Amino acid sequence: MNLNTFKSRVSVLWPPIAVGIGILALWEGAVILFEIREFLLPKPSSIWGELRENWEVLRHAGWETGKISLGGLAIGIFAGVLFAFFATLFRFLNEGLTPLAVAVNATPIVALAPIFNAWFGVTGSVSNQLVVATVVFFPVFINTAKGLTEVHVNEIELMRSYAAGDWTILREVRIPNALPFFANALRLVAPLSVIAAIVAEYFGGPQDRVGNVITSNAGLARYDVAWAAIAVASAFGLSLFIGALLIERVSTPWKSAVQLEETTKK
Amino acid sequence: MSEKNAIRISDVDKVFNEERDDEVIALSNINLDIKEGEFVSLIGPSGCGKSTLLRLIGDLLEPTQGSVEVFGKSAHQARIDQDYGMVFQHAGLFDWRRVAANIELPLELHGWSKSDRATRSQEMLDLVKLPDFGGYYPRQLSGGMQQRVSIARALSFKPKLLLMDEPFGALDEMTREHMQIELLRIWEETGTTVVFVTHSIPEAAFLSNRVVVLSPRPGRVHSVIDVDLGQRTESTREDPSFFGAATEIREALRAVEEQE
Ligand SMILES: Nc1ncnc2c1ncn2[C@@H]1O[C@H](COP(=O)(O)OP(=O)(O)O)[C@@H](O)[C@H]1O
Ligand SMILES: [Mg+2]
Repeated sequence: MNLNTFKSRVSVLWPPIAVGIGILALWEGAVILFEIREFLLPKPSSIWGELRENWEVLRHAGWETGKISLGGLAIGIFAGVLFAFFATLFRFLNEGLTPLAVAVNATPIVALAPIFNAWFGVTGSVSNQLVVATVVFFPVFINTAKGLTEVHVNEIELMRSYAAGDWTILREVRIPNALPFFANALRLVAPLSVIAAIVAEYFGGPQDRVGNVITSNAGLARYDVAWAAIAVASAFGLSLFIGALLIERVSTPWKSAVQLEETTKK
Repeated sequence: MSEKNAIRISDVDKVFNEERDDEVIALSNINLDIKEGEFVSLIGPSGCGKSTLLRLIGDLLEPTQGSVEVFGKSAHQARIDQDYGMVFQHAGLFDWRRVAANIELPLELHGWSKSDRATRSQEMLDLVKLPDFGGYYPRQLSGGMQQRVSIARALSFKPKLLLMDEPFGALDEMTREHMQIELLRIWEETGTTVVFVTHSIPEAAFLSNRVVVLSPRPGRVHSVIDVDLGQRTESTREDPSFFGAATEIREALRAVEEQE
């Protein structure tokens, strides 16, 4: 059993890793073969070299941008869940707010970054964190509200037949029902928060962050350093995504339970 | 079966969306008494108010006119006293609870201790012939197994009244017949009163002591048919008395259609 799950994990993991390595190798080979100029597309090996050379700067930039992503994530998730509960408690709020939220969510919210800079100042991290929080808020709110309200009518009737009140129904039915929806949103917004943070940083702010490291090095034609900064951001986004996957696995174990064989039916 | 009334429905009307453009008179002038321990089916064309009547009995809806008494008290009091077990066509098991925990949910809400709950859920799993499935998630079970768990959950706290709304409607014919036999066995073992909504003539004939035929727009009691097939087994389905009951129900339903 344990060996089997281990084997199945390995069998799921190795193809993307192999393909990833293959692509890096192709990239390296293509740059050498076609003599592509370093400022157009640097080799993975020279990006790796720059990464090691500028490690202190990049590590610091990753850390600063990480704080913006995580701070924005925390605020956005908290507000999204809070509003989802409000929307569940007050039906009119849900009917008014949800379509609006869906519409706003379809707009490029990061484009607000310069305006947020004007409102909250460009020196600290508040402005950028709030951009991230706004981007994160909408998917979390929409999904969680959906999970809290889209409960089968029979399930509510069943609870009422046990003489359960609204709070018990919230605790026993709505919240667990919303968990997979929330986990879905989390998987979406975790990498999105890094994208939002970096795009927000493009519009100015302290110079020691990934977004600014990318723009300033690109401006100086030091493209390999810019690429190294992108690699740092990618690694961070990927780890947030994996973290979200783990949270999903742990919080919704019934989702990964496998269907029994037909033969065990009676 | 005792002579005491389990349910007394007097002069009940149910109107949805009263005094609006989309007003629907779902039920009109319903009078029906059901005895303790009786197995009564409600049958009729779709939209005739079967589910509505069941929900009125279960206090999930309130009558517009008239009264519903359950065990000599209001339907509301009976619900608060946890006299009801309900089963719907949609098994309504909670995905996030394992099978045993699903069966234990009403017991949890009724304040049972953990060890009592565990004992009872195992008893119920044995009763519905799923003794080894307590640790699975509902999604892992077939539709028929899920519906049996749903029945086990409804019976776990020994409700005095079992309300079932087309519980076997989503099952294939063989599973359905199997479940009918099981339901009768459980009904005999527990002595509970059952109100059973169906649109299947053979199902109503096979299961019931009495079949209430409803006519639509507005829903009324068209006729009440007594059925007595004695002890039912698989071979009852090939018995003339079974065909006789089914024919009687079918003729009543034809008469309902011709009324329209
Ligand atoms: N909540 C509701 N609001 C408005 N109309 C309803 C509602 N529930 C049922 N009805 C109407 O009442 C009638 C009876 O419905 P129902 O009891 O579900 O019928 P059945 O179970 O016999 O198919 C139908 O015309 C249906 O459209
Ligand atoms: Mg119905």
